[in-house]
Amino acid sequence: MFLKKRRLGRGVAVVGVGITKFGVYPKGVRGSDLFVESFNEMKRSVDKGFQDEDIDAFYIGNLSSDIFEKQVHCAAAVVNRLGLVPKPAVKIENACGSSGVAFREGAIAIASGVYDMVVAGGMEKMTNLPTTQVTETLGLALDPVCEFPAGETFPGIFATIATAHMAKYGTTVEDFMKVSIKNHYNASLNPKAHLDASIKDFMKRRAESAVEKGLPEPHWADEMEFLHDPVQNPIIAWPMRLFDCSTVCDGASCVLLVAEDVAKDFTDNPIYVIGTGQASDYPVHERKDMTSLNAVREAARQAYEMAGIGPQDIGVAEVHDCFTIAEILSMENLGFYKPGKAVRALREGETNLDGKLPINMDGGLKAKGHPVGASGTGMVVELFTQMREKAGPRQVKRKDIDLGLMLNFGAQGSTAVVNIFERR
Amino acid sequence: MALEGDFTRVAENEFYTAAYERFLSQGKLMGAKCQKCEAMYIPPRPICSKCHTSEMQLVAMKGKGKLAAYTVIAVGPPMMVDEGFDRENPYCCGIVELEEGTSITARILGVDVTKPDQIKIGTPVTVEYQERVHNGEKKTFLAFRALSGGQLFTCIGGGQGIG
Repeated sequence: MFLKKRRLGRGVAVVGVGITKFGVYPKGVRGSDLFVESFNEMKRSVDKGFQDEDIDAFYIGNLSSDIFEKQVHCAAAVVNRLGLVPKPAVKIENACGSSGVAFREGAIAIASGVYDMVVAGGMEKMTNLPTTQVTETLGLALDPVCEFPAGETFPGIFATIATAHMAKYGTTVEDFMKVSIKNHYNASLNPKAHLDASIKDFMKRRAESAVEKGLPEPHWADEMEFLHDPVQNPIIAWPMRLFDCSTVCDGASCVLLVAEDVAKDFTDNPIYVIGTGQASDYPVHERKDMTSLNAVREAARQAYEMAGIGPQDIGVAEVHDCFTIAEILSMENLGFYKPGKAVRALREGETNLDGKLPINMDGGLKAKGHPVGASGTGMVVELFTQMREKAGPRQVKRKDIDLGLMLNFGAQGSTAVVNIFERR
Repeated sequence: MALEGDFTRVAENEFYTAAYERFLSQGKLMGAKCQKCEAMYIPPRPICSKCHTSEMQLVAMKGKGKLAAYTVIAVGPPMMVDEGFDRENPYCCGIVELEEGTSITARILGVDVTKPDQIKIGTPVTVEYQERVHNGEKKTFLAFRALSGGQLFTCIGGGQGIG
C-alpha cells in the first residue's frame, strides 16, 4: 500500500530537551506557563547555548486546551509567553499522540529545508476539571458514533482489547501488574514523575497511613497481593485497575531540533533523528484482529525502513503505556516480541533498567504521568537523557544504546507515530 | 441561491452518520456492502475502505452475533454517571461480532457485572434498542443482550457468567 521508500530530505538532530515535573498544579497555572518552564529547562540543557530569536518555528502538541482551560489557539499564546512574537507556531492535535506527531512534523520541516531550528513540544493542564469530566473529554477522542454512545471510556477501550488479548494468548491480570510494578519502580528513580514511588513505597505509605488513623496495620505478602487488594487497587474498567492506568496530571515538555549540519554548533553530543513514521487506524471494532495495532505496525515499518534498521537493533525504547495492556501491545506491534510473547519478557525482567531491552525508563505514562499533549516529547526527553548517559540512578545498565525508539499513539491507537534516534 | 438542495441531500444520505442514527431510532441496525468488492461495514460508509469506490448498498443487519471482547466500567463519563452508574453499579460494554461478519461496539446487557472475569467471550447476543433521555433529548442507543439468561452456559460454565 505504501510502496515508496521515504527519507528525510536532510539530517535532523536533537540538541536540547526540557520537561516539567508532572503532577497536579494549582488551578490558575496555565498550560502556557508550564511550557515556559520546560522551555527554560531545555535552554539550560543545550551545551553550547543558542539564541532564542534563531528559533524558526514551534510545533506544539495539545489535546484540549479548549475544554481543559477554555482556550483555543494555544500555540500562538505560547510564543507570546516566550517573548518570541512573531515566530510561527502550530498546535497539533492527535489526541494522546499530539506531541509525538508535533516532533515528527518539526523534524520534517527541518528536513524540508524551510527551517533550520524548531522547538517541538507539548503541554496539557488537565486537572482543573473533576475526574468524570476529564474522562469525558479524553473520551471525545474515541469513535463518536459507536464507542462513545456505548459508554466506552479510554480505560474501557483498552480493557476491551485486554480481554481479547487474554482470550487469544492467555495473558493474565498478573502480567498487566508486572508492567505497573516495573514502571512504578522506574518512576521512583525519576523526581519529575507524577507518582515517583514504587509499588513497595505505596505499600509502606498505605500501611503507615492506616496506623496513623488508628486502624489495624494492613499486611500484603508482596506487590502482587497489594495489587490484588480491591481496596488499594480498585477496578476502573475490568480488567484494568487503578494501578493499570496512567495518571491524569499537568505538565509540559519540549525539545530543540536543528539541521544535522549545524548540530555540533550546539553540543558535541547531538542525538540524531534517523527514522520517523506515522499511520492511522480504524476504531477497535473495525479491526480484523483486536490485539493487532495496525497503525503502530505501519508507523514502525516506515520508521525502521527510513532508518535502515529493524526492531532487533533497538537498545532502549519509550512506548505508549497509557494502560498496562498498551505497553504489552506496543512491545508486540513494534516487533520487539512476537504476538503473545511480550509477557514472557516481562516475567523475566527483560525490559527492566538492567534488562536487555529497557522500556519506559522514566516510569512511562503509567507512573511518570500522562499530561496527554506533553507525553510524546516527554519520551524524546528520556531517550535523549539515556542515550547521553545522563539519567543518574535510572541510567540503563546496557551500554550499547546507540539506537533508541519512541512510540506515541493517539486514542485507541487510531494514530501512531514512531521516531528513531541514533547516537554517533 | 444555488446548491440549497445540498442541505437535505447531505442530511438524508443513507451512508452518513445522521442516517445511521435515524435508523437506530426506528429500531433498525444498518450496515453497508460494497457492490464492487462485497466488503461489509457497520455503520455504513460512503466510500469502501478496501477498493475505494462509492458503490455502496445499504444492508439491514439481523442483529445477532457473539461477544468478541468486553469490559465492565466502574468509572464512566457524566452521561453514564447521570444514569446512576458508578463503582457499586458498573456497566458492561463490548464488541459484538455480528453474523454478517462485521463487528460493532455497544452496551452489553444481561451479563453479571459483579463477576466480570466470568463473562464469556463467545456468548451469543441479540440486538436491543435503548431509548434514553440524554441532555434533554430522547435518543436511541445500541445495545446487545446476552441470550438465554445464561442457560446455555449453565451447562458449559457451571451456571456462572451470564445473568
